[in-house]
Amino acid sequence: MKVKLYLYTRFERFWHWSQAFLIIFLMVTGFEVHGSYKIFGYDAACRWHNQAGITLLALSAFAIFWHLTTGQWRHYQPSFDNLRGIIGHYLIGIMRGDKHPFHKSEERKLNPLQSLSYLFLKVVILPLQLVSGLLYYYYNEWINWGITARLDGVAFLHTAVGFVLLLFLVVHIYLTTTGGTLLSYTKSMFTGWEEVEE
Amino acid sequence: MSPQSNWCRCTSCHVGYGWKDKDFDFASSENVDCLVCHDSTGTYRKFPTACGEPAYEEKKFGGKVFKPVDLRTVARNVGSTSRTTCGRCHFYGGGGDGVKHGDLDSSLLKASKALDVHMDVKGLNYSCTTCHVTKAHQISGRIYSQPAPNKHQLALPKDDGERLACESCHSQTPHKKENVLNHHVDKVACQTCHIPRYARGGVFTKMWWDWSTAGKLDKNGKVIVKKDEHGNLLFHSKKGGMGWAQDVEPEYFWYNGSMSYFRSSDKIPPQNGVNREPSKSLEINSLKGDYEDSKARIFPFKVMRGKQPYDPENRTLVIPHLFGKKGTGPYWGDYDWEKAAEVGMREAGLPFSGKIDFIETGMYWPITHMVAPKEQALSCEECHSRNGRLANLDGFYLPGRDRWRMLDSLGWAALGLTLLGILLHAGLRFVSAGRKGGQS
Ligand code: HEC
Ligand code: HEC
Ligand code: HEC
Ligand code: HEC
Ligand code: HEC
Repeated sequence: MKVKLYLYTRFERFWHWSQAFLIIFLMVTGFEVHGSYKIFGYDAACRWHNQAGITLLALSAFAIFWHLTTGQWRHYQPSFDNLRGIIGHYLIGIMRGDKHPFHKSEERKLNPLQSLSYLFLKVVILPLQLVSGLLYYYYNEWINWGITARLDGVAFLHTAVGFVLLLFLVVHIYLTTTGGTLLSYTKSMFTGWEEVEE
Repeated sequence: MSPQSNWCRCTSCHVGYGWKDKDFDFASSENVDCLVCHDSTGTYRKFPTACGEPAYEEKKFGGKVFKPVDLRTVARNVGSTSRTTCGRCHFYGGGGDGVKHGDLDSSLLKASKALDVHMDVKGLNYSCTTCHVTKAHQISGRIYSQPAPNKHQLALPKDDGERLACESCHSQTPHKKENVLNHHVDKVACQTCHIPRYARGGVFTKMWWDWSTAGKLDKNGKVIVKKDEHGNLLFHSKKGGMGWAQDVEPEYFWYNGSMSYFRSSDKIPPQNGVNREPSKSLEINSLKGDYEDSKARIFPFKVMRGKQPYDPENRTLVIPHLFGKKGTGPYWGDYDWEKAAEVGMREAGLPFSGKIDFIETGMYWPITHMVAPKEQALSCEECHSRNGRLANLDGFYLPGRDRWRMLDSLGWAALGLTLLGILLHAGLRFVSAGRKGGQS
């Protein structure tokens, strides 16, 4: 039997989609600043990248507040329950049409693979990118802060993590097609409701 | 080439009014000719080879008649300095209009805004001295890390405090809209962005001077003169081959405002290892400063290249004797480098082995005038791109120009592999879903 659960509240959906938009936009402008291609022109790419970065920072502050006050952070508590089974499902089971081994509920809406990778994203990857981005942004103040390092270290890190985020995004988008139908996960990220097997 | 042994010609501009012999006191203010700067009648002109004296009686030089000046009229018309008076020396340095500097030539006399926003005759209409404010008859300008050759105070050495700069009027933060531009001024000089090209006024500037081809005469032993369609000298038996250009893109180097000069007594290093010029060639002046130097900024330059005679045994540049009576050794008469060098080096009191060869040289001229309207300032891409104007400057990370090939290759390869993996996975999903659909 299938039941509908309300998993994603209004703020979470707003946060998810604006973050998605900002990160994609930051990637497009970021790789232009890196010199990989030309779309907006360097001046605009640079300015919009900075503005999008600051916006993402503000959004993240709200999101952290939300996670802490609503207790939603619990979903990201790492769990290794049947991790192997879940990976196996994505590699083989999914071809056979097997059911997903993880059982979603309001208490635990992310499977262990999700919670681990999202946790890694949120506490390692994104902070790295935000901090290196901020350092980059304030490069001209380094002298006043007593930093004598060069720009290249920061630029290297910022570019490398940019690639990691790009890979994450690609895989993430692909995995959204593994629900009941190709678009069912995406739909639930808009409506907040998700149909799960009882 | 050097003023030594050729004093009468060079002192027409360089300090040395009334030069008589080697012991002339260059530092004495009595020997600085005030009228050149301060004449407003436009009649006071020096006779090119008269040791800095004007023509007191009608004389001819190179087909031009030099009318005698009426010193009394000139003296009664002493006016404030104008672009014409300063330009008389600074536009014609090196023996012709715009030859030396590239950013100072006679087109500035009637400058449009497109040529120079400050000297635009219909706009700000600055004279040279609006910027080069004179103080106790010392004109603010570039400083020299060492005075001009041989202790003679040819230049006007100034300390940094009084040094003229764009910031003197515009402040360090001239850009209102774009803060990112103000962030550049610590590493990029104003001139770099605001003078996208020099020699824009229609006057050509000399880029190449090859003395090694000089001395070639025609069948009748006469001087050969070749000019291009604009009247620029391409070859002259006395001077060798030349190259000219207008509307030129500057070259960019780190520069902290001081230079060191290669002096006639200096030895040419076996391979001039300084990275700025292609190996074998010799820098006549070397720019000081690099990325690490907090005073250095990226600055635009005209680089005048050429070939000059040198002594391959002593490894010094030679000072050939150029002017003089035929038979006494002047190059411009006898066309014999060895003889001319012998006389010239003896005059200068320097050793000479008797051998002559030619070496490629480069000389840097800072570009600071001909500031273009703000719309023509360099766009970001001129620098922040793979093959932009700063492609040859290294030692620092420039976004958009620099990358780590390994990181980029790795990153894009990983993306490609991921997409491939996804394609495979999706394909398998599709096929197995189809098979199941067929079975049921
Ligand atoms: C008699 C010829 C003559 C006239 C006229 C003249 N100058 Fe000079 N000026 C020189 C020479 C020669 C130097 C020496 C430095 C050089 O050429 O590198 C010099 C040096 C300078 C310097 C320092 C440049 C440097 O290379 O560091 C400035 C600035 C300058 N002149 C401005 C002016 C201004 C402004 C006027 C008009 C008021 C003027 N000059 C008139 C011959 C002249
Ligand atoms: C808008 C202001 C401005 C005006 C007008 C101006 N200059 Fe300058 N000039 C400068 C600045 C700034 C520098 C110093 C550049 C540096 O730090 O090397 C300079 C440097 C120089 C130098 C020495 C550097 C070089 O190029 O070798 C000479 C010579 C000179 N000026 C001559 C002139 C003459 C002649 C005129 C008039 C035709 C003139 N300047 C008009 C701003 C001006
Ligand atoms: C990285 C390149 C760059 C550098 C370095 C730079 N500028 Fe600019 N500047 C520009 C561009 C582009 C504009 C036109 C856009 C604008 O008005 O903001 C401009 C505009 C200006 C304007 C017109 C401003 C206005 O609002 O009308 C002035 C004046 C100016 N610059 C002076 C300077 C001075 C002085 C310096 C050195 C302290 C300097 N610039 C250094 C690129 C540069
Ligand atoms: C003696 C003072 C003075 C000096 C020195 C000076 N400027 Fe200016 N500059 C001005 C003034 C005044 C204006 C006109 C400002 C206006 O129209 O608002 C101007 C205008 C400009 C503009 C704007 C032109 C436009 O398109 O409207 C630029 C760019 C500029 N200067 C660059 C420079 C650079 C580069 C230097 C150094 C080589 C320099 N200035 C040195 C006084 C100066
Ligand atoms: C004349 C060449 C030049 C032009 C034009 C130029 N830049 Fe730069 N830019 C540089 C150099 C050189 C650096 C490196 C500075 C350093 O390492 O201190 C730099 C650094 C930067 C940086 C990174 C460091 C920082 O200060 O944040 C950014 C971002 C940047 N430029 C953006 C721009 C934009 C946007 C424009 C156009 C509006 C522009 N640049 C135009 C030469 C240029």
